[in-house]
Amino acid sequence: MENILQYAITGLSQGSLYALVALGVVLVYRANRVLNFAHGDITTVGAFAAFMLLAAGIPWWLAFFLAILLGAAIAMVFYFGILIPAQRREANHLGMVILTLGFGLIMQALVLKFGDLEPQTFPFPLSDSETFNIGGVVISHLSLGTLIFGILGSFGFYLLVQKTPIGLAMRATSENLAAAQTLGIPTRRVLALSWGLAAGLGVMAGLFLAAVLFLDPPFMMEPFLKGFAAAILGGLNSLPGAIVGGLILGVAEALAGGLISVAFKNTLAFLIIIFVLLFKPEGLLGTEFIERV
Amino acid sequence: MSQVAETGREQLAADKPPLLKIANIETLYFDRIYALHGLTLTIREKEIFAVLGPNGAGKTTLLKTVAGLLKDQPNKGTIEFEGRRIHRLAPERISGRGIVFVPEDRGLFRELTVKENLEIGCWGRRGKEVKDDLEFVYELFPILAERGEQQAETLSGGQQQMLAIARALLRRPKLLMLDEPSLGLAPLVARSVYDALVKIAEIGTTILLVEQNAKLAFSIADYGYIMEAGRIVLEGTSAELQENEDVQELYLGLGGDEDSSKGWRLYKKRRTW
Ligand SMILES: Nc1ncnc2c1ncn2[C@@H]1O[C@H](COP(=O)(O)OP(=O)(O)OP(=O)(O)O)[C@@H](O)[C@H]1O
Ligand SMILES: [Mg+2]
Repeated sequence: MENILQYAITGLSQGSLYALVALGVVLVYRANRVLNFAHGDITTVGAFAAFMLLAAGIPWWLAFFLAILLGAAIAMVFYFGILIPAQRREANHLGMVILTLGFGLIMQALVLKFGDLEPQTFPFPLSDSETFNIGGVVISHLSLGTLIFGILGSFGFYLLVQKTPIGLAMRATSENLAAAQTLGIPTRRVLALSWGLAAGLGVMAGLFLAAVLFLDPPFMMEPFLKGFAAAILGGLNSLPGAIVGGLILGVAEALAGGLISVAFKNTLAFLIIIFVLLFKPEGLLGTEFIERV
Repeated sequence: MSQVAETGREQLAADKPPLLKIANIETLYFDRIYALHGLTLTIREKEIFAVLGPNGAGKTTLLKTVAGLLKDQPNKGTIEFEGRRIHRLAPERISGRGIVFVPEDRGLFRELTVKENLEIGCWGRRGKEVKDDLEFVYELFPILAERGEQQAETLSGGQQQMLAIARALLRRPKLLMLDEPSLGLAPLVARSVYDALVKIAEIGTTILLVEQNAKLAFSIADYGYIMEAGRIVLEGTSAELQENEDVQELYLGLGGDEDSSKGWRLYKKRRTW
């Protein structure tokens, strides 16, 4: 029983990072009905930038802040510089998805060119080896910090979207673009903000992940796919779904890894994608079938 | 059709300044299907204008072209609003100039509540003015105040139309364009929507409406345009148009019981439109 509790806590902590990645995937999907395959790569650029800034002696909070801004800026450049011109030339959804793939490759190339290629340990203000022991359940400072941050981050983001005027504009624009336009909402800026926020959330998750994983160019590949699976599980157009999906996936992975086999842990996400697409394509909380890709 | 006649509302003043001037526009779909074909019309300030025409005449296309919703259209011709060109501007900019379009499907944010839909209508405005406008809107459509927390998609058709109009009004439009506002509404509900339009016109909003229900449209419009195959084929004050035999026959369902020779005569006449 204690074991299970232990797995659940570890899983929730990991899952809260999946939730942050998934929120970014969902946010962009809602904005442009595009699956953003560059999401992980933009995040990687952010994490490498943070690493380089730290190496240059910048304090961690400033380095993190700048990295998040950089990720957001890159996503907005993609939106304004590539996606909008493509839309002007009547690109269809598949075409736009392929553009994100291509952009992801360019980001990878940038990291390979300018980043340090040896896998690095990422200096993080919270330690993964010091632990708390709460009634028999052991949790590292980093895991606990991740859990708290992930949950607060998701919740804060949710409030932003549900309770603020800009969030309202985001919801309106993603639901009915033409109507938002005829009401004079600056839809491009609103959508760009969605892209920026998505990338910012991704970089936040990436910074925590870099602290656990080694920082090397493809380090976000797996977390991105997990976040993606979480998004599909929760429903690609549902923000609460992304959070729920991320947490469920995290816990399921930890349980599967602990009780069945570690090898099974990583395939679980893909099994979930297949299972959801076959039996409940709109996801747990989504309302829209995945039809356009 | 240039003489000015008495209408039910007030003496039409032909010297009112033009608000919207559309000259010779062409709108194409897929670069080859002509939906508007050299269309010209003028909307004067503070009047209600109706555009009538058979299915496929291009009425919806006309409104969408003015609203800027059709990319790179109009292909030819000019649209001026308050003397400045607006054709091929982005829809947000056109809305910013004071033109708001209520589409045939109402264009509501279906997942948002009634209140949130209205809030979006107030985007970028603040202060006492907004409060006054909200009050006006709730007075016009009291049901919206009762249903504030309800999701827009759960409203009845009539309530949805009211919400769409209310939301558009909160933009303080100079020109309000409506595509078939009576579509799918029971006669009494349609009537009350139209009564609201009259009140909206009374506060100085110019209205351009497209309608299938000619009787309803003539009941409030000062001036009408008849459209066919992408062009204006006839125009005049509501009174004039209602006098016109062809309009009576084709739009008001009158005089359909004549013998076939009459039909032929009409056809010949219609060709000269
Ligand atoms: N999205 C589109 N793509 C291609 N052709 C279109 C499109 N929308 C309209 N058309 C064509 O343009 C012409 C005008 O259509 P429009 O919808 O403007 O007519 P309408 O007068 O509003 O008709 P209705 O009274 O049925 O609403 C029609 O021939 C129609 O088939
Ligand atoms: Mg139409």
